[in-house]
Amino acid sequence: MSTLSIEHISMRFDLPNGGHVQALQDVSLELKTGELMSVLGPSGCGKTTLLNILAGFLAPTEGQITLNGHKVTGPDAERGMVFQQGALFEWMSVRDNVSFGPRMAGKREKEWRGTVDHLLDIVGLQDFKEKAVYELSGGMQQRVALARCLANDPDVILMDEPLGALDALTREKMQGLVLRLWKETGKTIILITHSVEEALLLGERLLVMAPRPGRIHKEYRLPFADDGVGKDLREVKKNPEFGVKREEILSMIWDMEEEIMGRTEEAEA
Amino acid sequence: MIILLIYIAIFAGSFFAIRFGVRKFRQMNDFTSLKTVTFGDESAVRPDRWASVISVVTIFLLWGAFTGSKWVPVHAPGPFVGDAEFTYTLEAPNGDRDDATVFVRVFEVGEEMVKPEIEPGDGFAKNDASAVGAWRSDLILMDKNDEVTRDDGAKIVAIDGQPVSVGGTVPVSAGKVTVTSKGALNFTPSGGLQMEPIWLPPPESVVKRVGEIASEGYQNFTLWEHLYWSLFRVIVGFALGAAVGIPLGYAMGLSDWFRGWFDPIVEFMRPVPPLALIPLVIIWAGIGESGKIILLFLAALWIMTISARAGVSGVAISKVHAAYSLGASKWQLMRHVIVPNSLPEIFTGARVAMGVCWGTVVAAELVAAEKGAGMMIMVASRFQLTDIVIMGIILIGIIGYGIDILMRKAESWLVPWKGRV
Repeated sequence: MSTLSIEHISMRFDLPNGGHVQALQDVSLELKTGELMSVLGPSGCGKTTLLNILAGFLAPTEGQITLNGHKVTGPDAERGMVFQQGALFEWMSVRDNVSFGPRMAGKREKEWRGTVDHLLDIVGLQDFKEKAVYELSGGMQQRVALARCLANDPDVILMDEPLGALDALTREKMQGLVLRLWKETGKTIILITHSVEEALLLGERLLVMAPRPGRIHKEYRLPFADDGVGKDLREVKKNPEFGVKREEILSMIWDMEEEIMGRTEEAEA
Repeated sequence: MIILLIYIAIFAGSFFAIRFGVRKFRQMNDFTSLKTVTFGDESAVRPDRWASVISVVTIFLLWGAFTGSKWVPVHAPGPFVGDAEFTYTLEAPNGDRDDATVFVRVFEVGEEMVKPEIEPGDGFAKNDASAVGAWRSDLILMDKNDEVTRDDGAKIVAIDGQPVSVGGTVPVSAGKVTVTSKGALNFTPSGGLQMEPIWLPPPESVVKRVGEIASEGYQNFTLWEHLYWSLFRVIVGFALGAAVGIPLGYAMGLSDWFRGWFDPIVEFMRPVPPLALIPLVIIWAGIGESGKIILLFLAALWIMTISARAGVSGVAISKVHAAYSLGASKWQLMRHVIVPNSLPEIFTGARVAMGVCWGTVVAAELVAAEKGAGMMIMVASRFQLTDIVIMGIILIGIIGYGIDILMRKAESWLVPWKGRV
């Protein structure tokens, strides 16, 4: 069984004014194949830094990350990434965006055509495959980004607030799509979000991080993601346990925010 | 002054005519026409096409009207042409006075000049004849045929009965007469309000020149050859500048060392106007083609370098990250992400560079060249061939405008996503 393991990651860097930032301190966790973990936390808790280290865009000052037994040293096609704003290539059609990974790997069209068409079917963009991406709405663009990531068949998918820029209605639909893709493909997914509800709905595991220094505060194992697959997510939200968990996590994050504010005021005083 | 007043009058008059005349009959019903707040809403300000047409027509009308063009029905009062006369009163040293008449024939410059025939008249002052071109003046030595001359002590005391002394000026029926410091008469026919062709030729003579120079040529080269050479220099210079500048800009955007090494050079050369390099380039490379092309290369180089560098810096980091996470190599990232993403910036730079190059080539040709649009108007101006100068200016303007339109077309074809991300 292949796993993604994060071993005692710390990240500390100097500032030009002589100070330093402890962005992450001794973060360790392990994900099994097919697990979906959502990460929550107030701003400045290092969740995006953690994701960038996982993707290989940043090097940790201590600790290491291993995937399937080998060490992560830089970006690689085995770890796909979905960004908040899609980060699509405007100069390519929808189809060229989705087939970008296979094409860069030097595969010929007949090798990837089937996969790409299948993915476009799943995300409901078969009719738009020849369109330019700037002609699509925000939700459609994000579906292209998901399909592009999946077309590369990565072992792990890292999502950095992928639904953060969408309107509430589109966001709900996309949450269902993410769950469906997770179940159908069996990928390991780490999803960063600002929305407690989204973290609860999508996270099989939910990691709450605390700031200054960035560290793991608490971890939950939740049933809602499994419940929600193929269902109306509004039904899941009616579950009384869902409400209880939401209140618990909200007040936890609220307390952290209060603490930050307090500390800032002390520093200013 | 009077032209400015007429221009303002046409501007205001046509505004009211269109606003309250034409607009009454043609109501627009699109979305913008329903906006009530238009003052301050830039998107609601659409160029009034009537105004554009009237503006262009007005310029040609004024040009024609004040140059006596045959194409324009209305003219400003032209210079006096025809016969006129005035009298002068000569006073002999003994105090005797006698009147004589000067007959003046004002002819159009370029026509054969024939002095009017006259009777000498009676008295000691005799009548004189003079012929003068329109807009010119003529010195009349009126006492040459008189019985008492200035050498004898005679002097002019009045013109057309109005007393005058040395240096004084008297208006007469067709112009004005000045008594020169030596006591002779200087007649200047009235010039009217029209411009002399040597200052501003009428439109038809400019058009005639186009045909003439297109077929016969000027200074050993036809019009098309002059324009071709100017364009050729611009295109070669720009192409070389882009060929060096774009890779240099990419290198500066992608490598610390290149950025550090070339930053001082680029930042120093950027504010130096290419025109300031003309003397140095002439010293180094002479006035031939290589000098021109070096100059244009330098004019385009820095602009293209900076725009390519800006294009690389403008790539959103998430796109670079996305490409790497999808397995792209550095070379693939360059080809599939950085180059296409920097195209809009490069096109903006190319438009600026082409404009600068076109201006620079004309200026360089003004300084020294054997052929080219700038050289053509420079040589023409030395010979007071104002119609060629104006023709050259108009053609330079049209070509510069045409280059910009072509660049914009190429841009919207190659970079359709520009401004839509």
